[in-house]
Amino acid sequence: MRITTRAVSVALLAPLALAACSSSDPGDGGEGGSTDAGACQPADGPVELDFTSWIPGIEGVVDVWNEENPDIQVSVQTGPNGNGGTYQNFFNQLEAGNAPDLGQIEYDALPNFRVQDGLENIGVCEDVAAAQDQFVDWTWAQASLGEEGALYGVPQDTGPMAMFYRSDLFEENGIEVPTTWDEFATAAEQVRETGGYITNFSQADINQFAGFVWQANGSWFTNDGEAWTVDLDSAESTEVAAYWDDLIERDLVSTYPGWTTEWDNAYNSGEVWTWNSAVWGANSIATGAPDTAGNWSVAPSPQWSEGEQSAGNWGGSTIAVLKGSEHLYEASQFALWLNTSEEALTMLNEEANLYPATTAGLELPVLSEGVEFYGDQAIYDVFAEASGQVSADFVWGPTMTQVYNDVSDGFAGAISGSGTLPDALTAAESSTVSALEAQAIPVAE
Amino acid sequence: MSTTTAAVPPSARARARTTGRKGNGRNGPREGFLPRTAAMLVMGVFTVYFLTPIWWLLVASTKSRGDLTTTNALWFSDIQLGENIAAVASYGGGVLPRWLLNSVLYAGVGALVATVLAGMCGYALAKYVFPGRELVFNVVLGGVLVPATALALPLFLLFSQVSATNTFWSVFLPSIVSPFGVYLARIFAASAVPEELLEAARLDGSGEVRTFFTVSVRLMFPALVTVFLFQFVAIWNNFFLPLIMLRDESLFPVTLGLYTWNTQVNQVPELRLYVLTGALLSIVPLIIVFLLLQRFWRTGLGSGALK
Repeated sequence: MRITTRAVSVALLAPLALAACSSSDPGDGGEGGSTDAGACQPADGPVELDFTSWIPGIEGVVDVWNEENPDIQVSVQTGPNGNGGTYQNFFNQLEAGNAPDLGQIEYDALPNFRVQDGLENIGVCEDVAAAQDQFVDWTWAQASLGEEGALYGVPQDTGPMAMFYRSDLFEENGIEVPTTWDEFATAAEQVRETGGYITNFSQADINQFAGFVWQANGSWFTNDGEAWTVDLDSAESTEVAAYWDDLIERDLVSTYPGWTTEWDNAYNSGEVWTWNSAVWGANSIATGAPDTAGNWSVAPSPQWSEGEQSAGNWGGSTIAVLKGSEHLYEASQFALWLNTSEEALTMLNEEANLYPATTAGLELPVLSEGVEFYGDQAIYDVFAEASGQVSADFVWGPTMTQVYNDVSDGFAGAISGSGTLPDALTAAESSTVSALEAQAIPVAE
Repeated sequence: MSTTTAAVPPSARARARTTGRKGNGRNGPREGFLPRTAAMLVMGVFTVYFLTPIWWLLVASTKSRGDLTTTNALWFSDIQLGENIAAVASYGGGVLPRWLLNSVLYAGVGALVATVLAGMCGYALAKYVFPGRELVFNVVLGGVLVPATALALPLFLLFSQVSATNTFWSVFLPSIVSPFGVYLARIFAASAVPEELLEAARLDGSGEVRTFFTVSVRLMFPALVTVFLFQFVAIWNNFFLPLIMLRDESLFPVTLGLYTWNTQVNQVPELRLYVLTGALLSIVPLIIVFLLLQRFWRTGLGSGALK
């Protein structure tokens, strides 16, 4: 008895001690940072910056910068991807007051950091503001979070979406390549008759679904500067969900979990014919389905109404300056160079297949070549066009991890036969509102 | 049931059924056919259950990237384990061997120091009477109940205060504490180290420290090996603490390094194969430690059971 009560009291003390630490720390970091960081002034002497990223091969790119800029030395650290632990680490470090100056943050995670006051506004830097017209419009909208004159991260890469398809199979079977979602559904029936599936709907890739909603000009959140509106079950979102629900219901699309061996195999064996995916997906197919080399092509995404030209986006990130950095000017200079200079963009593309967020970057020489796996089609031309067609109005919420989990759970249920995809969105809508309220984030009625 | 049937010779029918396995059970106590089969079946199922993933890992790491998705997952195609190992060892400037070395350092040295500390602490708690002894022991017991994961974040904040995050010590220092080891060492020392022996040593003029290292440690050896093994595996598999503490890739243990690679598979597809081959390499040291030390460990568990 004695043992248990003591043990419990020890266990109870731990979180208290933690709370004590955490309440005292941000005060120090916050005060020290904000006084210095409010203005975007160059420092007097040489500056050292910390930069955390998970881009493979980023070290080589940073080396180039360090050689050219002896007064602004950047030391780069790599770790797991954002949701794999790096975001949590950023939050821990912000709490402890030792966050790196620069960090990679995906578009869908920026609002979370903004709500937790983890980002410096680099929009106050003249050079940054002047660079706006170099970037594809919607990327700037994503990174400014709808605030006039603000920027919370320099857009790094993007994932405009198009349709990868097996041109050989469509041709052999005399099926026309769909250009609208209606035609896509018709083609799905024809493909099913041959024994295959037109595409795969992956229950866990909620980002892909968000890309579909984005393409349909829907948005999941809005923020008027004071409160958030949650719109997971908006008219557009529900329409897209109902469309896919129908295809799943009629067994016209397969439902393998994405990024698994089964999934690879479904593409490699020719069972699944198309993939509506982002530009970086080009690499995933080439690796996952090596036997189908030369048989793939890329076409613009099917449209909701004929003649429309709209594309979704799946993925992409920014380089943000984290709260407390004392070198706003130098950090923003580096972030601009990394994401606008042809030198850096070419290296990032070659090392890690990053697809640039600048208009000039879309025309890089490396991106105009034909790709062997796609029958020497210059596939990046399709994506460059798609990038210009992405709406600037899609807004991410501050609790995307929770949203993805809840929607994914609902979709998994719908696929195994309980409920529908629109139902899943309605359920996620209410759970998201409660999640926001639980974190004391204002929600508009 | 089994004891009564054990003495009865197998019936003709049973013998007919088991003719394929003549000569079974000649030595030792004989079990009936059914219980024996049932036991074998249960063990067989569990063996398959535990070994299949390792088998899969072994097979997968011998394949080329293309074969990985296209060929039977549980059987070999073109074996190219050597090439895979060479490729994985040189990827990223040869960082994987570095990670393995880090893991061996964290786990090997960490477990050794943890064992010495836990052994001394447990011995002191068992053999010396002093005020607050039970209090100290209960606090340590409380430590057993707090999962290591729950301590990672507070530790990070503490290390941040002294600017010691992202260092070797930020992972090493927390690893050398083993409350469970103290508990085990105390229980074991209480029964395995006779008071009379210590008296005799004291009479012969041996100091307490010398007695501990020359006499008591030998008697406590099986328990210490157990503590070492537990702690070695715990540190080797401890993923969360390094994840939170370390930023510098060259300090990563192998678990964190492979995890990092695995999250980059979408961008660099060849990493998928490297993660598999790396995972195979990373379990080799664990297997070696177990094979070398299991002899002692069995003694430890056995003697603990009898006393």
